[in-house]
Amino acid sequence: MMKMKKISLIVLVALIMLSVVGCAGATKAADTGTNGEETNIIKVASVTPLSGSQAAVGESIKNGAQLALEERVAEFKELGFELQFAPQDDQADPKIGVAVAQKLIMDNDLLAVVGHWNSGVAIPSSEVYAKGNLVMVSPANTANDVTDRGLENVNRICARDDAQGPAGADYLYNELNAKTVFILQDKTTYGQGVADEFKKQFENIGGEVLGYEGITPGESDFSAVLEKIRVSKAEAVYFGGIYPEGSLVLKQLKEKEIEVKFIGPDGMDSGEVIKIAGEAAIGMFYTSLAADISGTPEGKVFVENYTKMFNKAPEAYSSYGYDAMNVTLNGIVAAIKEKGGEKPTREGIVAAVRATNGFKGLATNVTFNQIGDNTEANIYVLSFEEAKYPASVAKEISAKSYLK
Amino acid sequence: MEEMTGMIPQLLIDGLTLGFVYAIVALGYTMVYGILEFINFAHSEIFMVGAFAGTEVLLFMQSAGYLEKIPAPLALLIAIIIAMVFSGALGVFIERVAYKPVRSAPKLVAFISAIGVSFFLQDAVRLVEGLWKNAFYLSTPTLFTTSINITNTLKMPVKVIYIMIIAIIIMVSLNLFVNKHRLGKAMRAVAQDRDTASLMAINVNSIISLTFLIGAGLGGAAGTLFSVQYALIHPYVGFIIGMKAFTAAVFGGIGSIPGAMLGGILLGLLEVFGAGFLGILTNGVLGAEYKDVFAFAILIIILIFKPSGLLGKTVREKV
Repeated sequence: MMKMKKISLIVLVALIMLSVVGCAGATKAADTGTNGEETNIIKVASVTPLSGSQAAVGESIKNGAQLALEERVAEFKELGFELQFAPQDDQADPKIGVAVAQKLIMDNDLLAVVGHWNSGVAIPSSEVYAKGNLVMVSPANTANDVTDRGLENVNRICARDDAQGPAGADYLYNELNAKTVFILQDKTTYGQGVADEFKKQFENIGGEVLGYEGITPGESDFSAVLEKIRVSKAEAVYFGGIYPEGSLVLKQLKEKEIEVKFIGPDGMDSGEVIKIAGEAAIGMFYTSLAADISGTPEGKVFVENYTKMFNKAPEAYSSYGYDAMNVTLNGIVAAIKEKGGEKPTREGIVAAVRATNGFKGLATNVTFNQIGDNTEANIYVLSFEEAKYPASVAKEISAKSYLK
Repeated sequence: MEEMTGMIPQLLIDGLTLGFVYAIVALGYTMVYGILEFINFAHSEIFMVGAFAGTEVLLFMQSAGYLEKIPAPLALLIAIIIAMVFSGALGVFIERVAYKPVRSAPKLVAFISAIGVSFFLQDAVRLVEGLWKNAFYLSTPTLFTTSINITNTLKMPVKVIYIMIIAIIIMVSLNLFVNKHRLGKAMRAVAQDRDTASLMAINVNSIISLTFLIGAGLGGAAGTLFSVQYALIHPYVGFIIGMKAFTAAVFGGIGSIPGAMLGGILLGLLEVFGAGFLGILTNGVLGAEYKDVFAFAILIIILIFKPSGLLGKTVREKV
């Protein structure tokens, strides 16, 4: 308990310092404003976890966004602007996310945000962006509430939880022929959200939910809950959560020799699953909102450029970071044109991004509807046929039919 | 009801395994508290460093091909010994650098110092692993694959047996050392009264170092056992285990070595049984996610009636 206290104390101090720095920055910017001087710098931020247990995926999104931005620096130079990348770390923590958001809205040159990874962080942070009229294009936030609040500035290029959960339920019931399921979730906005949507649909189409339990992220021992799965005699487990816990659940299921089908959401979409669970990952399914791009020619170029730049292969959401950044930059360019080549306002960019229609991206095409959901998003069901990442696609489903 | 009785034996095994890990980590907290009356909050990170050291040894043995040639228990023993030496040395070093200079200052200063060390170690390990392997999640090589079928449904993995045996050996030998050995007696003397002990020709500084050496070494051993049991470690893995182990130490009576062992094992059992039974007992109102609430509620009730913990002695005024 003392440790929690110490962390919140440190966060408090950090917040105070940030707000002091932020205020100082704001007054300075206001000064230059009165002198009539305006910089020609346009900054775009990415906000993802770059430290902590979800840093691997956070970094892969940041890298995708960075690659897109750097490819277009020259284009912006021609328009007369210096395009800069401002990567931020939200540590997968809502408190940190909000603090970062406060800092970002204070920066007058910062015109757009690509982020976040965790829905639980995106929701409070986007309220802050809304105050500053700052546009946010999310590569990966699937919780319904991200767009359901109807904020003008919030958009996402991926599908929603209420599509991902039901798609998983349909697939499990119809294609994998499992009529009973045990649901595990990690009590986060994301994990519980997707698990609840799964549950609703699975019961609607006639399946039976034999158990519904929460686990604590960061723990390593799930033995007691797994015993409950064993006695429940469920045919399948649905795991609403992210890969560190999900992979351990897979591994411990195998060790305990509990034979069930396993299906999870896109939080399980990471190469780390194989590293952690090894052979136990073979035969598991997950739904993903991220397309496998390695088959297309543009995808091959992307993988090559990415690997050259970061010395690492891209992960599933790297291409979404890339597409989200391109949608954002297209919006900025449109807003520049709207203002006749002058530096655009944040309001202008918010409107221009929302008007995105028929964007052809690497991973997904993008057309935003009135609340910022992408009507062209797809859902994929994937499975590990061998202990090797990426998994192979078992089925592709259009998310439009799940969009209300 | 049948559902519950069917689960009991398996939960017992799982709870004991978890409890033994808590117990060994709790020993590190309790020993330092006994001597210095200060909670070494960096202990959870010493545990984590030990886990990394042990796992790296196993990974090295795997890549060099030794793992197939030597018997698995021997490989585990080698990993544990190296992890103990490494984290023991780290513990002594931390004491010298971060605690000794502030030993005469108020207790809170050393406490803050421990928090600093804790953050430093987390990020240092992340940095080193990140630079070295480009990933800071380590997956432990599988040492033991078989399990013994006690009944049709009840399985006891071999690794759990080894973990329990090693944990018991560690705890028994620590108890013997503290109670019988000359240095153990000196340790208890320093714990009782540092000034008087120094008048009796006991080198207080080296006894404190020894305490940190043993406490941190145990943390390293626990880390390796943890890594073998749960197969995944990362730089932040110590946080939850550390909190639980510290709780176990308070539960058993902080400062008491048998108390830490008892507290750890009980906490492990409470947690696992809480997770298994809460849903059934409350008819689904409270699920497994309330296992910590359950365990801590029992802890609070016990502490209300026995404020010094299960085996803790009410400290007499030092004269």
